[in-house]
Amino acid sequence: MNVTHIDHPQLANVFARNADRAHWHDGALWFVRQKRDRQASLIPEWEELRELAGQIKTHTLVNLADILVQFENNATALGAKVHWAADAKEHNEIVYSILKDNNVQRVAKSKSMLTEECHLNPFLEERGLNVVDTDLGEWIVQLRHEPPSHIVLPAIHIKKEEVGETFHQHIGTPKGNADPIFLTGAARNHLRHKFVDADAGITGVNFAIAETGGIVVCTNEGNADLGTSLPPIHIACMGIEKLIPRLVDLSIFTRLLARSATGQPITTYTSHFHGPRPGGQLHIVLVDNGRTQIRESPDFHRSLNCIRCGACMNTCPVFRRSGGHSYSATVPGPIGSILSPAQDPKLHHSLPYACTLCGSCTDVCPVKIDIHHQLLTWRSELAHAKLIPLSKRASMRMVSVILRNTWLFKISGWFARKSLRWMPRFAIYNPLNAWGKSRDLPPAPKDSFRAQFAKRKRNKS
Amino acid sequence: MKVGLFIPCYVDQFYPDVGMATVELLEKLGVEVDFPTEQTCCGQPMANTGCTEQTRPLAEKFFRIFRDYEYVVCPSGSCVSMVRNHYVEYLNGRKDFEQTCARTMELCEFLTDVMKVDSIAVKFPYRVGLHASCHGLRELRLDKCSERRGVQISKVRRLLEMVEGIEFVKLQREDECCGFGGTFAVAEEGVSVLMGRDRCEDHIQAGAQVIAATDMSCLMHMEGILRRQKSTIPVMHIAQVLMGRQPQMIR
Repeated sequence: MNVTHIDHPQLANVFARNADRAHWHDGALWFVRQKRDRQASLIPEWEELRELAGQIKTHTLVNLADILVQFENNATALGAKVHWAADAKEHNEIVYSILKDNNVQRVAKSKSMLTEECHLNPFLEERGLNVVDTDLGEWIVQLRHEPPSHIVLPAIHIKKEEVGETFHQHIGTPKGNADPIFLTGAARNHLRHKFVDADAGITGVNFAIAETGGIVVCTNEGNADLGTSLPPIHIACMGIEKLIPRLVDLSIFTRLLARSATGQPITTYTSHFHGPRPGGQLHIVLVDNGRTQIRESPDFHRSLNCIRCGACMNTCPVFRRSGGHSYSATVPGPIGSILSPAQDPKLHHSLPYACTLCGSCTDVCPVKIDIHHQLLTWRSELAHAKLIPLSKRASMRMVSVILRNTWLFKISGWFARKSLRWMPRFAIYNPLNAWGKSRDLPPAPKDSFRAQFAKRKRNKS
Repeated sequence: MKVGLFIPCYVDQFYPDVGMATVELLEKLGVEVDFPTEQTCCGQPMANTGCTEQTRPLAEKFFRIFRDYEYVVCPSGSCVSMVRNHYVEYLNGRKDFEQTCARTMELCEFLTDVMKVDSIAVKFPYRVGLHASCHGLRELRLDKCSERRGVQISKVRRLLEMVEGIEFVKLQREDECCGFGGTFAVAEEGVSVLMGRDRCEDHIQAGAQVIAATDMSCLMHMEGILRRQKSTIPVMHIAQVLMGRQPQMIR
């Protein structure tokens, strides 16, 4: 596929045009946002927790080199093998070589956005390995050959009837059965064999603790635990920003993560891994893939504080009505719109504009990333690099010239009001008028405010 | 007290009565209002597109016009946020800049924090749907934000509660964005309109007779949608409500 840039408005318009489906999607995510609100309201010190979490992450990123080495030393002492990958390619090669060296054929994977970012599945499949995503949502999108549309709720864009059809095609459930409990049971039975047959398990990592060398994986389905306790090999893949300094810091994040993500007090499973189990292997792959570059940016380094809870997606009124796929990025939504242009500004230049700057994301973020301000900063970076359309830059230059000259502003305003008053409707609502496609323009008054104010002043004196 | 009145560019041209209501309200409270006629716009459309070099001259212009006023009052949270939170990029370190920023205030904020208004003799016997405009809400904290916990002050609602006969309707989503977003309204037309329709529908379902807000930009977008849908529900700026203007049903 040779795409020069991704056009968010175009994909978003397609999604929004099906208003029923867009409303259904909006409602599903708003429900999660409300659950989050209820959980947050039960914690009197919620805002202090957010502040503290942001400070811990900032501290970690400032001292990242030392903290990473401390983690490597402690994890190695526990018997884990730590690998370092500069980019996605290196990450995939490391994982593949571990699997190859151990003659692995079948892999049970639990949720990992990092392996999505590195496109690990196709890499391994091309080399003849059998990879199964065992998180229910991830498995659904894997069967449908789709990318996840949300980092926490990967199949949130798919209706239960469609899941029923997918399962009917792939695992032979009765056609037309869309009962969620039945379908989950069917998935459970099918995946159970995949766990038993697996030669290795791959997981993501939610937190890695420098002080102990341990890693923490949070899931609701227990699939990471099955996938790492049945096969003898566990490969844990993580971005270098997942570190936290001390075990005591973890408590701050476990209180925030699930409440922000899904509105649960805590994830069903919070599993700690301290070295390999007896007779097994634990590999931890630490991946940079552009993170060092973001860390060095004076404007965007705070985006690395992200703990991937997805709360900014659930609250984003644009995301809810445009769907995760409209962002064409591993991490969609508000935080993804900061991270993706950092990877490739040319490809992702429309994303920082897929936002009304309402600021709700910033206020729900459990680590207090100023998301909407960073999106605004991205816009000026993109405009300066001339990566936004010339039409946009030219029209802004024209508007600026008008507004700099008061007399030109007054004439333009007069002309606009007169035109709106006297032009026929079909001429005003022409095909080039994007505002007027589904909205009327404001009623044009005869006089401007400044004219009315001057008149009032004259009458008074 | 004498204040410099800053009227958003589109309010000057398309919603003159919002400006007039602001003037009348301030004068009613004993404030002398000066409108420096050289003013045009805060520059937000350019800034939010990322065209900072096209914004700079407007920030300079605003600062030159308004720097000597004791207070600058503006009936828009969005334009005030532009000055207070984003002008630092253009004017940092200039003499009097910080004071000018701190003294540039949104109307409700000025009435609450400076004038300490605790009563307004006015009647508005209608059921009002109060739309929380995002920049006033989350950049200036004019009202309670549904995302946040802890003590929050409701400056807008507190002022409106002083109005005799007013009733508030209960919205399903009390502070969701209307989808205007400046150039977003045109660049992301599909999502913008859907967001606007959803906001209007929430007010209609709640039984609002009037939709009111601190920012005319949100209301211009919602009014555009209501008119196209042949709805008769009018939109009104807070200043118009506080002056007891009669709702002009959309024809």
